[in-house]
Amino acid sequence: MSVLVYAESSEGKFKKVALEATSYGKKVAEQLGTNLVVLTINADETSELNTYGAEKILSVKNDALKSLDAKVIANVIKQASEKEDASVVIIDSSANGLTVAPMVAVSLNAGFASNVVAAPSSTSPFVVKRKAFSNKAFNNTEINTTVKVVGLAKNSFGLHENASSGSTEDFSPSIIESGMTSTSIDKTVGTVTIADADIVVSAGRGLKGPENWGMIEELAEVLGAATACSKPVSDMDWRPHSEHVGQTGKPVSSNLYIAIGISGAIQHLAGINSSKVKVVINTDPEAPFFKAADYGIVGDAFEVVPKLIEKLKSFKANNA
Amino acid sequence: MKVLVCISHVPDTTSKINFTDGDTKFDTNGVQFVINPYDEFALTRAMWFKEKQGASVTVVNVGNATTEPTLRKALAIGADDAIRVNTEATDGFFVAKQLAEVVKNGGYDLVLAGKESIDYNGGMVPAMLASILDFNFSNACVGLEIEGTTATISREIDGGKEILSASLPLVIGGQKGLVEEKDLRIPNMRGIMMARKKPLNVVEPVDFDGTTSSASFEKPAPKGACKMVDADNVDELISLLHNEAKVI
Ligand SMILES: Cc1cc2nc3c(=O)[nH]c(=O)nc-3n(C[C@H](O)[C@H](O)[C@H](O)COP(=O)(O)OP(=O)(O)OC[C@H]3O[C@@H](n4cnc5c(N)ncnc54)[C@H](O)[C@@H]3O)c2cc1C
Ligand SMILES: Nc1ncnc2c1ncn2[C@@H]1O[C@H](COP(=O)(O)O)[C@@H](O)[C@H]1O
Repeated sequence: MSVLVYAESSEGKFKKVALEATSYGKKVAEQLGTNLVVLTINADETSELNTYGAEKILSVKNDALKSLDAKVIANVIKQASEKEDASVVIIDSSANGLTVAPMVAVSLNAGFASNVVAAPSSTSPFVVKRKAFSNKAFNNTEINTTVKVVGLAKNSFGLHENASSGSTEDFSPSIIESGMTSTSIDKTVGTVTIADADIVVSAGRGLKGPENWGMIEELAEVLGAATACSKPVSDMDWRPHSEHVGQTGKPVSSNLYIAIGISGAIQHLAGINSSKVKVVINTDPEAPFFKAADYGIVGDAFEVVPKLIEKLKSFKANNA
Repeated sequence: MKVLVCISHVPDTTSKINFTDGDTKFDTNGVQFVINPYDEFALTRAMWFKEKQGASVTVVNVGNATTEPTLRKALAIGADDAIRVNTEATDGFFVAKQLAEVVKNGGYDLVLAGKESIDYNGGMVPAMLASILDFNFSNACVGLEIEGTTATISREIDGGKEILSASLPLVIGGQKGLVEEKDLRIPNMRGIMMARKKPLNVVEPVDFDGTTSSASFEKPAPKGACKMVDADNVDELISLLHNEAKVI
């Protein structure tokens, strides 16, 4: 028996979500009294996984898996979990993880819980807490099958160092044929994406027009943050759709979410509720967002934001 | 081309979420149910396949009789017919199994679903369905064109977009971008009248043991009050974020 984590890498490097999934895997392995095995595909260097508790690493190197479809990756995970006799398979909530996890569950005939936010509250029965109703509630879900698949929500468990001296083993699974061909990939370079960001700076209709986003971008740059927006802002094409956050947009579970000129409608809050600390800057002291926030400033964004940028720059200079 | 659009029946986005029976059941009292917002994009895209490429469009829901008004609404928007698999939608795997049966029996070559339902936010049904059927699959789809039996798919990936080509049959987990917000259809009077006469076929479920079950629900812990900082004193905000919240 074992617990298997799939630790995704991008350009050979692990993202934070992969290390978080590894930390979580170690915890579950301890609860079950078994070992943690971590599967990686085309990672340059795997020792980081040991830092977070991997007791064995299966390392796949295969150019055919560089940009392939989820079905093929899911099949590799299936082979690894069968080889390691995994009773729990853990996959992160990156865009790829979200696609792959349900497929792994089907191929292993396993019950699947997605968006899981905490270690199992009990392992027999196996019960995990997951997000439901767009962050308005949680559901305690019991997985009843012998093999279980868990999709871990981002920034829910955190990173926990747990040094282990695990061995790395080369793993050469058979690769099934893909029915899909990738014709182009267009990635924005140099900017932080909402999915990866620890800090997100978000602005709404209070900013009046797309020409005023310069200060939002500057604030984000000073903080090393991603930029985001409310739905009407992307509907009016002030900002790209990929920045729309909320119940019907991207979910945000960053450490810090700064909302500028956003009223705090229930649909907006539903998508950002799981961010740890929320700051609101709004002219209207009655804006509903203040009820959901940790820190608030009643004030005009056009005055407050430039001041904040200036002060943050000197703060960063002093704390570098 | 035969298109199947999977419609999930969910509480309206403004719904207050409450539970009954010792926090084991979702309280539907006073809750208004709607077509899952992501599925609306899929449905409108399907209507374009019908109007421009002569596709037939069927909508399907796995659920009990209370979901029929939602299916009727989809018919009023323009779907040709509807299927309801008569059972409680207990978990994603179960729903995907039921939908797979519908796809096999109906010989659909394109299945459009939403990227997730806004009730349980599972994001599991479309990928599971594709897996069970061994169809091609793309999640987070923001654009779809079909020529003959070849699909060109645009999907969101972490930090960007990818264009893919795949042959039918195909399952899509879709969202805004499949069509834009302004393109979304709302039922008009004529559509509503016509929908009454369109077929809504009720089929019985196939056996499949549930792989998960819901033990209980919880609400997030109530939040403390918001700390207010004076607009002239952004230094204090920085200090709070650094020393107290420890996020910068
Ligand atoms: C089905 C459905 C799904 C939806 N999904 C989403 C979703 O996913 N995400 C989402 O965001 N919305 C969603 N919405 C829309 C949501 O209901 C709100 O309409 C929207 O969030 C409001 O955006 P806003 O706060 O930017 O604009 P507004 O509500 O117009 O608020 C602007 C705010 O800016 C403040 N302001 C004005 N001037 C200034 C200034 N100079 N400085 C500082 N503050 C200022 C105002 O006081 C106000 O609070 C959805 C709606 C529906 C019906
Ligand atoms: N009970 C259901 N009946 C029909 N389609 C469903 C059902 N549940 C989910 N779907 C489809 O699957 C998508 C993703 O749902 P979910 O996996 O529940 O997040 C939805 O947007 C629907 O298109």
